[in-house]
Amino acid sequence: MTGSPGFVDVCALPDIPVGAGVCALVDGVQVALFRPTASEVFALANRDPIGGAEVLSRGIVGDRGGRAMVASPLLKHAFCLRTGRCLDDDNVAVPTATVRIDGDRVLVERPQWAGANA
Amino acid sequence: MVGHQFLAALAERSPADRWTVTVFAEEPRLAYDRVHLSSLFAGKTPADLAMGQIEEYRAAGYDVRVGERVVQVDREARVVVTAGGESVPWDRLVLATGSSPFVPNVPGKDLEGVLVYRTIEDLEAIRARASEAQVGVVIGGGLLGLEAAGALRNLGLETHVVELAQRLMCLQVDDAGGRVLSRRIQELGIGVHTGKQTRELLADGPRVGGLAFADGGVLPCDMVVFSAGIRPRDELARAAGLEIGPRGGVVIDDHGRTSDPDVFAIGECASHRGRVYGLVAPGYRMAEAALLALEGAPGAGFAGADGSTKLKLLGVDVASFGDAFADEGGVRTVSLTSDTRGVYRKLVVSADGARLVGGVLVGDASDYDTLLSLARSRAALSGDPEALLGRAAGTGAAAHGPAALPDEAIICSCHNVTKGAIVAATRDGAETVSAIKKCTKAGTGCGSCVTQMGEIMLVELRARGAAPVNHLCEHFPHSRQELFHLVRVRGHKSFDALIAEHGRGAGCEICKPAVASILASVWNEYVLEKAHLPLQDTNDRFLANMQRDGTYSVVPRVAGGEITPRQLIALGEVAERYHLYTKITGGQRVDLFGARRDELPAIWRDLIAAGFESGHAYGKALRTVKSCVGSTWCRYGVQDSVGLAIRLENRYKGLRAPHKIKGGVSGCARECAEAQGKDFGLIATDRGYNLYVCGNGGMRPAHAKLLAQDLTEDQAIQYLDRFLMFYVRTAGRLERTATWLDKLDGGMDYLRRVVVDDSLGIAAELEADMARIVETYRCEWRVTLEDPARLAGFRSFVNSDTPDPSVTRVTVRGQLLPEPRPARNAEAQ
Repeated sequence: MTGSPGFVDVCALPDIPVGAGVCALVDGVQVALFRPTASEVFALANRDPIGGAEVLSRGIVGDRGGRAMVASPLLKHAFCLRTGRCLDDDNVAVPTATVRIDGDRVLVERPQWAGANA
Repeated sequence: MVGHQFLAALAERSPADRWTVTVFAEEPRLAYDRVHLSSLFAGKTPADLAMGQIEEYRAAGYDVRVGERVVQVDREARVVVTAGGESVPWDRLVLATGSSPFVPNVPGKDLEGVLVYRTIEDLEAIRARASEAQVGVVIGGGLLGLEAAGALRNLGLETHVVELAQRLMCLQVDDAGGRVLSRRIQELGIGVHTGKQTRELLADGPRVGGLAFADGGVLPCDMVVFSAGIRPRDELARAAGLEIGPRGGVVIDDHGRTSDPDVFAIGECASHRGRVYGLVAPGYRMAEAALLALEGAPGAGFAGADGSTKLKLLGVDVASFGDAFADEGGVRTVSLTSDTRGVYRKLVVSADGARLVGGVLVGDASDYDTLLSLARSRAALSGDPEALLGRAAGTGAAAHGPAALPDEAIICSCHNVTKGAIVAATRDGAETVSAIKKCTKAGTGCGSCVTQMGEIMLVELRARGAAPVNHLCEHFPHSRQELFHLVRVRGHKSFDALIAEHGRGAGCEICKPAVASILASVWNEYVLEKAHLPLQDTNDRFLANMQRDGTYSVVPRVAGGEITPRQLIALGEVAERYHLYTKITGGQRVDLFGARRDELPAIWRDLIAAGFESGHAYGKALRTVKSCVGSTWCRYGVQDSVGLAIRLENRYKGLRAPHKIKGGVSGCARECAEAQGKDFGLIATDRGYNLYVCGNGGMRPAHAKLLAQDLTEDQAIQYLDRFLMFYVRTAGRLERTATWLDKLDGGMDYLRRVVVDDSLGIAAELEADMARIVETYRCEWRVTLEDPARLAGFRSFVNSDTPDPSVTRVTVRGQLLPEPRPARNAEAQ
């Protein structure tokens, strides 16, 4: 299932509901995938660094001032889908990974961060 | 505790190779939380009280010697000598030896059954003794004495407190406060004997058999606990020739340094400017000052603490702050004593009445933080000091409204943000809740203050005449009420249609769930329909309540709190099968914690097979209708409260609303179902039911108000249909019924006209709307399980069936819990 080097095929595009997120397990690391619009997918570490749990994929996806974001379900901190920056606290950010859409397949770059309990 | 605080801060802030640290602990365990020692008699274990774990100390590189006592400090040789004869060298020495209980030298103090209250071992001795005792006496009516009395009472003993002074808690409260406190404690069944000097402990064979007082009185008992104050453990320092304070304790300067600059002392063993502190908060500040000095970067140091404190003893609030006893010359006092509520409040103000300088609060200290900050800020009072006395009495809506709060009031307790800071941020251009969060950090801790924060912002914006201020969020230039009408009148059935016509952008965590709730209230479609799923908060999306570790809790409906033995067994079986933690909720049902999302469908398949249905604990929806047992069993009951509660819960279950809704039905005026603390409550009378509305417990408790009297069940349901639907239509986002009523022009009179007299002519419409909701109710879990395609959404991973590996468990008190949070610095009390 592996696509180009460094990328892993994780799911079909319709597996991710538009306007929401899902979680993939890549090399034992949890990667949150978000689909703010039908044609875009973003990947962030699933771990909310403030709440300390693997939950970001279950947050509400939307925008703040036009910037696509996900609000953590724990304490509602918002994270920018493009940069991983926390929009409520400049000192906090989550790692991101590059996503490629190949036909109806979603490929995600192997995460460069360590998983919590991998 | 102070020693642990010091070590934890040292590990966090000092490079690992800077110091070689050896820790000696005399007790057979590491530091533990003595403030909550009495909780050992309320089901906690010593492990629950532990503050540091041996692994953490070892990870920090500390050489930890538990159960090893130091018997000598040799300052010449720069070593400490242990009881085992070992010499351990030091360059810097920190004494955090604490204190020991003071036992006055009265005859009979060495009898069997005479104990002290200080360590876990002391409490184990008390527990052992109590198992064969009937009457226990605590000598000493201070903070620890009352804690000890509570412990004896929890152990089932007839309990008495004996105090030499004329009042209890004489360091914290004045005579009048002491009287109210005594009465509250007597109401708990504890005997209070003040102004009593114990002359002798009487013997009954080898054991204690009673107290003889100097005034000739005798109090029979078979166990005694001394809690007559503490003495600093300064014996090592004394023997080493360090300077000792006038009332004992190792003399330290503002940086925790003793008379030997290489030796520090912190906490209860230290004497700072002639004072020994028996509270943990000043000890923590000494630890901080000593750490900075040790690291060669001394800060401002510890300049003393004023003893301001807030405690909850035997369930009674006791607080004092600032110049509580009006010791400064020229000050004046105002006070209030309410024997009916068991409350005493005294405030000390400056001679001109313009500033608050101190106070004593007994029975209700809910506004302690606000008053303390008012006193510390030395700000001018905005009105008569008398006005502050009544605040906790909850007189009217204005007393609770954000406009009535002083600028110094702490709104966000997690980050210590005042109302003034929020107002200032709003003035500086932060005109949304998220902007205020970002610049003040308020609301980013536990989040419980976010609503209040928003109200403060709105009041400020309105005061400036800034419009528009009631927009739901940046995506909709409308209030929730306006959006509700747009959905109804224009017939919008999806978020996308609504935002396309009336909003902009992609939505956010505020408007998406709010619109999902409106759509559910109006159309009652299944919440996980493809179009609605991305709108739902995680709780609604997974039909369960997310907990801090990302797992969920499951609460099946137990209407009215009535449950069959078979159903109880089934709940237990499901909990065991899926390794869930179980706890009884305040709403008379059972919460099952720790389910991974991929387990939820199987858990619910089993629960539905056992006859359960969704409890909607996850939704802003009707939760429970609590009941007392009523006339079916109770000698006092006058109506069948259980039957009505079940009927109401089944009628309104699944109703989505701006906030959660709770109900209660009491079978007589004794009100055991606490119906007046609910959004709607019915209290039985000889002639039917009285209907109360708009109460709630929680962060800002509100008493429900009487809407109508002596109703039949059918009448009550008719009024409730109207009331609930009117609330659902017109309330703001996350606005509970009490807040909604506060803002309703005309208040309760207006609401009564709408609901009872139908002054708006909408009663029939409201009833019809409710009837449709009732008819279209479906158990959301049943619907979910019917469609296998929906179950895919519950997998932990889109590309794997591996269970979420981040979920780990520890066993505590025989149940599985998440791993404890990383250590946080505990605050005093």
